Amino acid sequence: MWKWLHPYAKPERSYQLASTLLPWFAISSIVLLVIGAVWGLAFAPAELYQKEYYRIIYIHVPSATLSMSVYMAMATAVLISMVWQLKLADAAAAAMAPIGATLTATALITGAIWGAPSWGTSWVWDARLTSYLILLFLYLGVIALHNAFEDKALASRAAGILTLVGVVNIPIIKYSVEWWNTLHQTATISKLSAPSMSSEMLWPLLTNILAFALMIGALTLIRFKNEVLARNAMRPWVRELAAKVGDK
Amino acid sequence: MHFDSFSDFIAMGGHAFYVWWAYGITFTLLFTLTVVSVRRKKSLLKEIAKRAQHEDKLKQMRKDKKTNESKT
Repeated sequence: MWKWLHPYAKPERSYQLASTLLPWFAISSIVLLVIGAVWGLAFAPAELYQKEYYRIIYIHVPSATLSMSVYMAMATAVLISMVWQLKLADAAAAAMAPIGATLTATALITGAIWGAPSWGTSWVWDARLTSYLILLFLYLGVIALHNAFEDKALASRAAGILTLVGVVNIPIIKYSVEWWNTLHQTATISKLSAPSMSSEMLWPLLTNILAFALMIGALTLIRFKNEVLARNAMRPWVRELAAKVGDK
Repeated sequence: MHFDSFSDFIAMGGHAFYVWWAYGITFTLLFTLTVVSVRRKKSLLKEIAKRAQHEDKLKQMRKDKKTNESKT
């Protein structure tokens, strides 16, 4: 039933698939990012207490939630690589780490900027902020391990173990606002049935989350292709591609 | 449109500093990551091409050496 998937275990086939998918992800994400940014910045109504600066939510929430999704995707790829010895899964995991790190940094920075006017402080060592800072360190550790070894397979195994251990942190981040009495507020849109946000504010936020997700997809494809090339440098099809670039 | 004028929009109700810095840093970081990732492909292929050329050269040298040895 799932046999049609088998050819995609071949790096060349996956590389081509990634190339075919990339323009769709890239174009749709750019369009939605522009719509989401304009909608959130210029058309969404002002918030009752925070007035205009609540608009930081339209980039803070997508970065923060999706940085955790990227981590889970990376951990899934690592698990697949460890169970089925699929080398392409290693390439996918290595491709995702810098994307997750960038999103985590973005969420931390926008959070700090948002905290200044709303909380009167940019940083407190509360459970949500601290556990989320650990996520950034996990990502940086994974990236460092990927770059620490010449042998990509060994590097992926080391980074993979750290990735899997770090999964423990994800539910801690998610439930930190419920388990501990934190300064950070609880989730605003987790219950879609009864979100604590008006629909005029909610729709641009959902648009931005989708836009960020598609952008992550596009970035993953770009970086995945690079990883596949680097890991298959000896293969004739990669050599052919390289020869075309080298001739220019 | 929520704002009355373009200058109102830029002013963000007196919170321009926070809003624009947050958006600016976010999009700068994401844009940088995109550019770095796109450029990496070219540099990677160049590296691979260089290595391939180097290997071909070595192979040719070995071949030449062998033919020279068989002549003498």
